[in-house]
Amino acid sequence: MSLITEIVISFFLIVAGIFGLVGSFGLLKLRDSMQRLHAPTKATTLGVGGVLIASMLYFLLGKGTLSFHELLITLFLFLTAPITANFIAKTFITRNVRDHELPETGGNYGWAPYDDPPPQEVDIPEDKTGG
Amino acid sequence: MMTAALFFAFGCFGLGLLFNLWRIATGPDAADRILALDTMVINVIAMLILYGIYRSTAMYYEAAMLVAMVGFVSTVAYCRFVLRGDIIE
Repeated sequence: MSLITEIVISFFLIVAGIFGLVGSFGLLKLRDSMQRLHAPTKATTLGVGGVLIASMLYFLLGKGTLSFHELLITLFLFLTAPITANFIAKTFITRNVRDHELPETGGNYGWAPYDDPPPQEVDIPEDKTGG
Repeated sequence: MMTAALFFAFGCFGLGLLFNLWRIATGPDAADRILALDTMVINVIAMLILYGIYRSTAMYYEAAMLVAMVGFVSTVAYCRFVLRGDIIE
């Protein structure tokens, strides 16, 4: 493996390690639960992305085999991180914030933990057999 | 040089795991504990892939993929349980 390849892979590894450490440290450092939600869901996901890029470069440039497993893991993590953050925020609102403390949503219906979802126009087929 | 960078990344993610463990132990709310568990899963995925680079084998991607899927499903299940008192209604 040439020197320039090692330098590039080491750069990605160090950047990924710093991002992961900053994300986990933010989970410890920030004051509020809703503030704490910011650090891990963004910084740690970026750190894992850096590790996956380093792994892909290592197997492409060092071994000569191109693999797409890392891209699969990256896609899965980047898809599921916002869903997880949304669920955790809903859990916090349900347990700690009452309905009258929340600001207005500005829409047709209220916040999801305290208001029913809007009615949907779905055609339910009638049971014609009569039982 | 690449081995030193690998060990640096191992140290960073290991320290991050210790921070997450502290947040699980002292988290004032259930949401904090769920968030710390989810971050632990992401750090463990990173460490598995680093170990795959260290051993220079492609065998650990399947393990990382399985950990990612199980972690997402467990986080959503825990949140559903706290939100609705039931997982599958």
